[in-house]
Amino acid sequence: MRFRLLVYSVIAAFVMISIADYVIAAEEEQVIQITAKRFEYTPKEISVKKGVPVVLQFTSQDRLHGFNCPGLNIRTDIPAGKVTTLRFNPDKAGTFPFHCDNFCGTGHEGMRGTITVTE
Amino acid sequence: MKIDRRDFLKLAGFGSVVFASGLVHFGKLASAAEDDFFFVQLSDTHWGFTGPKVNPDSTGTLKKAVAAVNNLKIQPAFIMFTGDLTHVTDDDKERRKRLTEFRAIISELKVKDVRFMPGEHDAGLDEGEAFKEVFGKTHYTFDYKGVHFIILDNVSDPRSIIGEEQLEWLNADLKQVKKNSPLVVFTHRPLFGLYPDWDWFTRDGDKALELLNPYSQVTIFYGHIHQENHHKTGNIIHHAAKGLMFPLPAPGSVPVKNPIPWDADHPYKGLGFRSVDAKVGGTQYAISEFSVKGERL
Repeated sequence: MRFRLLVYSVIAAFVMISIADYVIAAEEEQVIQITAKRFEYTPKEISVKKGVPVVLQFTSQDRLHGFNCPGLNIRTDIPAGKVTTLRFNPDKAGTFPFHCDNFCGTGHEGMRGTITVTE
Repeated sequence: MKIDRRDFLKLAGFGSVVFASGLVHFGKLASAAEDDFFFVQLSDTHWGFTGPKVNPDSTGTLKKAVAAVNNLKIQPAFIMFTGDLTHVTDDDKERRKRLTEFRAIISELKVKDVRFMPGEHDAGLDEGEAFKEVFGKTHYTFDYKGVHFIILDNVSDPRSIIGEEQLEWLNADLKQVKKNSPLVVFTHRPLFGLYPDWDWFTRDGDKALELLNPYSQVTIFYGHIHQENHHKTGNIIHHAAKGLMFPLPAPGSVPVKNPIPWDADHPYKGLGFRSVDAKVGGTQYAISEFSVKGERL
């Protein structure tokens, strides 16, 4: 009986530690949801803190789009019908333009935005 | 490595006298060999574009260029259109209409050996389906007087890629070619990273360049950026052509890439086409730029 109690206690401790780690990790990430549709991103102006990991979660509402931010060296395809996650660690301050790099139609050239990394 | 016109002349082995004299095909240089030839490159005609502040003669510019090519004293061996024949439309029927209208206009060219490739405006939304219906294949090769010409499609996949299948096709084609054979490659987008912030690159272009680089005489002619540009990567020289609807700013010269407005004092400024003289064996090329009306620049 005492042994079983000990095992349960150890398991409970592991679960608590794991949950705590998850909560801390979640608090330390900047999670931003971005919607892409012809021919805009919402939001199109994004602000993040330098040194704090960023998680971008993209959803396309119509067709294949792209997200390319050469200044931060990050890009991804954004296919319709699923959430696309992109993680990066902003290690320099500044404003960095991004654009759709998958040709998507008449307004493709204007599908743009910026990521501002603050100190 | 960006190269300016003077550097390009050195690389190409031409002195400015020859370049500026127009002797090569206008005066038939006395020593020119019979195997010398020239072709004309036209690019980014964007048929269907409307925007009076950018080009108030959007329905007349292409026709003027066709007339100017027809007025060349000596007609080229062939004519190459390097993509964006039409301006993008989200309507599939309208896309076919524009491609068909474009074909009707250029049917007035005296030279009947006219070759085409798509730009992303023609093919990026339907993976080249309408283009293929009107003009046929989007990537192919042909040979002319000892020069091997390769047309690469880096636009039909909207992700701006050539793709593994076409790269394998390129690899197989190149295996049939001697390492010192003259090669001319036509693409729409630049294969190198000219300015990725403006999408002026091909995502897997480095793979094509890696296949081409072992060959000692490779020259690439492309469009897409609506301005003249000369660049060298490894053994390969890249030449961008002017467009025939609106010019675009120099790479990175302004925060946002937009067409340069029409200059009423200098109509058609920044637009034009070029002739390319291939010397014997295609080892050297002399490029001459022309205005929309056929004036040599």
